[in-house]
Amino acid sequence: MRRATSGVLRFWIVPVTLVLWELLTRMAGSPFFPPPSRIAGQFYDMWLSGPVSQLLLTDSALDTFGPSLGRLLAGWTIAGVLGIALGVALGRIRGLADYTDPVLQFLRALPPPLLVPIFFVLFKVGTPTQLAVIVFGVIWPVLVNTTDGVRAVDKGFLETARVFQFSRYDILRRVILPSAMPKIFAGLRLSLSLALILMVVSELVGSNSGIGYSLLYAQQSYDYAGVWAHIVLLGVLGLLFNALFLVAEGRVLSWHANARRNV
Amino acid sequence: MLELVDLSHTYGSYRAIDRVNLKVAQGEVVCIVGPSGCGKSTLLRSIAGLIKPTGGNVLLDGRPVDGSPENLAVVFQDYSRSLYPWMSALANVGLPLRRRGLDKKRREAAAMAALEQVGLAGAAAKFPWEMSGGMQQRVSIARALAYQPKLLLMDEPFGSVDAQTREELEDLTLRVCAHHGMTILLITHDVDESVYVGDRVVVLSKAPGTVVGDLPVQLPGPRDQIHTRELDAFVRLRAEVGRLVRGMTPHRNGVETR
Ligand SMILES: Nc1ncnc2c1ncn2[C@@H]1O[C@H](COP(=O)(O)OP(=O)(O)OP(=O)(O)O)[C@@H](O)[C@H]1O
Ligand SMILES: [Mg+2]
Repeated sequence: MRRATSGVLRFWIVPVTLVLWELLTRMAGSPFFPPPSRIAGQFYDMWLSGPVSQLLLTDSALDTFGPSLGRLLAGWTIAGVLGIALGVALGRIRGLADYTDPVLQFLRALPPPLLVPIFFVLFKVGTPTQLAVIVFGVIWPVLVNTTDGVRAVDKGFLETARVFQFSRYDILRRVILPSAMPKIFAGLRLSLSLALILMVVSELVGSNSGIGYSLLYAQQSYDYAGVWAHIVLLGVLGLLFNALFLVAEGRVLSWHANARRNV
Repeated sequence: MLELVDLSHTYGSYRAIDRVNLKVAQGEVVCIVGPSGCGKSTLLRSIAGLIKPTGGNVLLDGRPVDGSPENLAVVFQDYSRSLYPWMSALANVGLPLRRRGLDKKRREAAAMAALEQVGLAGAAAKFPWEMSGGMQQRVSIARALAYQPKLLLMDEPFGSVDAQTREELEDLTLRVCAHHGMTILLITHDVDESVYVGDRVVVLSKAPGTVVGDLPVQLPGPRDQIHTRELDAFVRLRAEVGRLVRGMTPHRNGVETR
């Protein structure tokens, strides 16, 4: 009963917000704050008036989203793999964390956008630099969570592995990693939302394709409805990624959710 | 096969076991009884190489153990922390068999057979958190039996199951172990069980635990849950062990204490 009510409430909050937003922006009449109906129209014209064969996406949408999403997913995947590998090493190799901690804390404190010029020099302008920004920016939650997770493996689990003389590979693959998986997923999820932000940021500086570039272009041509359409697009993408991620997490970690519920 | 020489362990300044001496022969079933907190688990964990005893030695086939010995299986007292919640019962039982060089099919067959023996064939696909404590304990026993170790250490393995299942598991353990010639060290605080299961019963004193009695169990014929427990020899021995566990001086009525 409670759940049903809260579902209805959550559902109704959306149209109510939209109506309020529409009324307020119409009353204000500022060119910087176009009403949502105009933003939606712009959104539709730019991206959603394509042929059915392209799932209604326009050519412009494909050209804009494709490179961006490619970079985002590639950057996130690289960061995920590197973060997990480094995190396992830091968490399991005694002493390694102590040596590397100052350096890691230093690197972690650097705001990734500020590193763009350096990445420009190191890599070529374009996708490599953008990937570097994303990877550098989103690796930390995965790294930190993996390190924590592999350190917190229950002693009982490890003792069983020791008594039955599991190989090092089996201990890692079948005991430590699954046990740390809930934490690793928490890190990956955080990284995914960060990756979206960094993707846009990296495209705002020195890029000629992608959502960030397109946003900059709209802004420079005083197309404020277009700017807002980009903002809405990013919000929708964020929601979508989060939802997809939760579905995947539910599959992989069903044992975890259930085990916790039963305790 | 297994020899404990003046085995002692102190946690910080707390003395858990004190100069335990014990010799176990190949194929023998030795039960260790003692009051709660007397250091039974500590003793077992020292043998399994999970803690480094602060004094004395554990010798296996004459050699001091360092780390976990080969061909050892343990049924942990804390079974819920020894089964992996991300694996089905079948996978949990089959996992240690990877070390045995069996392919996947043979591993699964062996794991399934062991689960059948403990009466859990129908629960092979279940995860530990879907099972009762007694079922988890049986999975943990199945895992140890499927592994066919030379030495099997069991720490109160039948604590969470009902009386009848317990009797079945006692008989199963004896049968499987005799068949493979395993040596067993079984920890229990149940005096009855120690006399029924053991070839020998070793009694530990209140903390710090030390050996206060080492009684050979001489009962005729194959053990039987009903008949064996009725035998005069069984009843006398049980009383004797009971007295020792309670810290009374032994009555010397035909039973030898060392
Ligand atoms: N890791 C530890 N650190 C400090 N003290 C410990 C530790 N493990 C056990 N002890 C203490 O050592 C004593 C013996 O513990 P142990 O677990 O060996 O007893 P036990 O005979 O197995 O008891 P039970 O029958 O309740 O299982 C207990 O008093 C306990 O509090
Ligand atoms: Mg114990």
